[in-house]
Amino acid sequence: MQIRTAITAALATTALVGTGLLVGSQVSLLPVAASTNAPPYDSLFRVLFSIGTILFLGILIVLAYSLIRFRRRPGELAEGLPIEGNLPLEIVWTAIPAVVILFVGIYSYDIYDRMGGMASLDHGAMQHQAMDHGSMNPTQMDPTQLADGIEASAERIWGGIGSTQAYVDQTGDGSEASAAVPPLPVEVTAMQFAFIFHYPDNDITSGELHVPLGQPVQLRMQARDVIHAFWVPEFRLKQDVIPGQPTVLSLTATRAGTYPVICAELCGPYHGGMRTSVVVHEPDDYLAWVTQNTPATTA
Amino acid sequence: MTVADPSALQPGLQPRGWLRYFSFSLDHKVIGLQYLVCGFFFYLVGGALAGVIRTELVSPIADFVSRDTYNEVLTLHGTVMIFLWIVPVVNGAFGNYLIPFYVGARDMAFPRLNAVAFWMIPPAGLLLISSYLLAGAAAQSGWTAYPPLSLTTPAAGQVVWILSVLLLGGSSIFGAVNFIATVLKLRRPGLKMMQLPMYCWAMLGTSLLVVLSTPVLAGVLILLSFDIIAHTGFFNPALGGNVVVYQHLFWFYSHPAVYIMVLPAFGLVSEILPVHARKPLFGYTTMVYSIMGIVFLGLIVWAHHMFTSGTPPWMRLFFTIATSFIAVPTGIKFFNWLATLWGGKIALNSAMLFSCGFILNFVFGGITGITLAQVPFDIHVHDTYYVVGHFHYIVYGGTVFVIFAALYHWYPKFTGRLLNEDLGRLHFLLTFIGFNLCFLPQHWLGLNGMPRRVAEYDPAFTTLNQLSSVGALIMAISTLPLLLNVVVTALRGQSAGDNPWNALTPEWLTSSPPPVENWHGEAPLVTEPYGYGHTPAESGR
Amino acid sequence: MTTTNPSDLRSQTQPDEATPSAHAEHQHHDARLFGLATFLVADGMTFAGFFAAYLTFRAVNPLPEGSTYELELVLPSINTVLLLVSSFTFHRAGRACLADRPQACQGWLAVTAGLGIAFLAGQMVEYFSLPFGLTDNLFASTFYALTGFHGLHVTLGVICIAVVTLQSRRGGAVSASSPFGLEAAELYWHFVDGIWVVLYALLYLL
Repeated sequence: MQIRTAITAALATTALVGTGLLVGSQVSLLPVAASTNAPPYDSLFRVLFSIGTILFLGILIVLAYSLIRFRRRPGELAEGLPIEGNLPLEIVWTAIPAVVILFVGIYSYDIYDRMGGMASLDHGAMQHQAMDHGSMNPTQMDPTQLADGIEASAERIWGGIGSTQAYVDQTGDGSEASAAVPPLPVEVTAMQFAFIFHYPDNDITSGELHVPLGQPVQLRMQARDVIHAFWVPEFRLKQDVIPGQPTVLSLTATRAGTYPVICAELCGPYHGGMRTSVVVHEPDDYLAWVTQNTPATTA
Repeated sequence: MTVADPSALQPGLQPRGWLRYFSFSLDHKVIGLQYLVCGFFFYLVGGALAGVIRTELVSPIADFVSRDTYNEVLTLHGTVMIFLWIVPVVNGAFGNYLIPFYVGARDMAFPRLNAVAFWMIPPAGLLLISSYLLAGAAAQSGWTAYPPLSLTTPAAGQVVWILSVLLLGGSSIFGAVNFIATVLKLRRPGLKMMQLPMYCWAMLGTSLLVVLSTPVLAGVLILLSFDIIAHTGFFNPALGGNVVVYQHLFWFYSHPAVYIMVLPAFGLVSEILPVHARKPLFGYTTMVYSIMGIVFLGLIVWAHHMFTSGTPPWMRLFFTIATSFIAVPTGIKFFNWLATLWGGKIALNSAMLFSCGFILNFVFGGITGITLAQVPFDIHVHDTYYVVGHFHYIVYGGTVFVIFAALYHWYPKFTGRLLNEDLGRLHFLLTFIGFNLCFLPQHWLGLNGMPRRVAEYDPAFTTLNQLSSVGALIMAISTLPLLLNVVVTALRGQSAGDNPWNALTPEWLTSSPPPVENWHGEAPLVTEPYGYGHTPAESGR
Repeated sequence: MTTTNPSDLRSQTQPDEATPSAHAEHQHHDARLFGLATFLVADGMTFAGFFAAYLTFRAVNPLPEGSTYELELVLPSINTVLLLVSSFTFHRAGRACLADRPQACQGWLAVTAGLGIAFLAGQMVEYFSLPFGLTDNLFASTFYALTGFHGLHVTLGVICIAVVTLQSRRGGAVSASSPFGLEAAELYWHFVDGIWVVLYALLYLL
């Protein structure tokens, strides 16, 4: 009897885990992946989806089984079993979730690191890196471009994903980006109810974001009025654009096409209409776009 | 002001009959029902507002209400549902009704403060709604009221909103002080803490959270009102202010607020399941520790609402790990409830159905919650319909299901009559189907690019939005059998007797409805509130 | 809805009045001070929120050119001493009350109230001599919000002292046998003093 119960439990658990893994790996709920961030994100999603499916189905099955097997028949007056607890059992179901959570936490930390999120651990270092970079590429730290009325905070990057170093890490993911290619700087200004993209290298201003395939892009974002958020679902990236607190977002597009740029923070009556597109070009097409749009004065 | 002073509760000085429910009654049972009915009224208001939102979202263009109105509606919906329905009902209504019974007292520690706390709610609620009708424009910046948006939207509505939330927060703090004092100081002689029904522990934990976190919300809203009225610059970047500080202080309250909404629900379910499964609550001690663990962790995870706000990486990491670990004490509770059911003699009545619905919905919401705790995952889905789906699974699929379960369970205690089971099962079926139809598709919408709080959206999402709206319609319809049930039962319902469920917790050991001071004689000493199964032959006691 | 008539209810409550009431009365007295302490924890959290906001502003938001965190120290330091002494005098009032010496109690209360009023006056003098106004910069706003919120608490404390003094003078309401009003006011006063010490350290000394 004991052995039979054990075998049944083991079989059920195996079937459950198998189903979970199958669902997690086969069912896709996400839009197409179009940046170097998307593949690690999607693998995290699959892992969480598998774990979630196993947990939910397991509890559903136990609950349904209990309700059927232990239901009170009409006219039945007997009581249930007077069991008030079982310490080893309770320890088991404290320990297992703790281990799973620990695993998920470490794994998602790893993913976050691969996305460039841990690139610099404090503001000071980030500021320092930005300064260093500025000396190499004078256009990047030109204070006249970044200063927007708030002199004191303009030079400081308050947060974001992937500081200037992120693109170096991403080369390890098999992306086409190379450490030798400096990131393309784009200044993003968010306002009620539009995004404006400015390319300091060529002095192009555009209402749409155009980026070359495979080259790292660094968005430096400022908000003019209220908080907005820059979100491209296909890139799996989002960053709040906060007035008074410039943020950065580094990304490398991996799939040509046009994707939506969506404001994801309530910003006023036309919040739902605050959207534009990001166009990912093949490198040659991108150069053509740049040539076509560069203002005559600076060309 | 003295609880044992008979004149304070002397019937001659208090209105009787239905009138006492509209009076400044000091009876904790009257106050509890006042909370319940008042909360249900605002549930209907909030539900109507949700109806406006779902109607607007039937089509991808903003065509049903104006864009300003839409933002007012979503702000009011959130505020009403949280501060006027869930928090008052799951804490105030059931807490006031049950806690004095559970500790063996004749009333709460401070009956007058209790009545004051309740009577702050209707004016605050009416004030909030009147900001739309009278001032011409209600708050439009969401229930989060993030500056600088809340500084630029019409000021009158925002100030009224702040005033209203401050009143409701004050009411909540008064209530919490009362609960803590009642549980810790008013226990009947001989009753030990570890013999209390689980709901007492849940309310103790919840009240600790209220006392520690609500004042911070009050403080930050006072600063926000200075920014609006006196033009200070705390949260105004143009004046050198810092908007992220607002978010930290806001979420220092508003994350624990989630536990203020679900912990009492956990407590109520822990009362309902053993009664209808005829089994002791499994793992009482671990349940107590897990409540306290949730209270502690709940206070140090707030910044997971701000993963995209430019928080530094170390903060993102810390809050990911802390948040994930809440799953451990929460998981313990769910496994213990399943173990409570296992081997029981389960009566599949409305109270049990809603409780099981709660378990399923909350497990689902908990799993999506763990995904949201992971920084990289959250960066994609933050502020999208995935989050909307997640928290409705927690607060509606979780707490509101428990409120309904509790209503079916304790209605006989409130009135002496049983609710009709057929209507109850219909109510459950419609609620469960409508709820899942409404909120399940929203997860996919969020993952694929629909942000929250929008009146217009990508036409590619039309079908799922319409499905979600159909679900909302079914949820609206599901209220009808409940209202019908309550009305019909009140008029000619089946008499319940004093203890229709053969329950062992103290509130059932008196008449239904109970006398003014709860017991005809001395309060009974109940040391084993879950002692089911010991003596099958005399289960009736 | 109601089926019981008043006389029934009275007869139900009567059996308990003899013994449990006395017990509950005693318990209740404890619960009131306990409840006040709980409420003060909540109130303290409001201040904690303000302090946290102030410290964060100070750490990450630089002030505009020409502004400073420097404050004149003499007056606030005198004010700090006034409040600390007032805590001591309130304590003496409490002891006098328990020793059934209402005259002394009222005297000490008057001294305490006087110190509180002197503190508020000092605060007003400081306000009018400061080089910045409420909306000048983030530090100015935070300074006025914090000291103003605290001043509100002191004002409320002075009112409480006045009420307690009146109750003690009329006899009965506050006396050696029922010291609750006085104890509550004293607890509150010590709390407000404690908050001031933190506030003084953070705003003036830091």
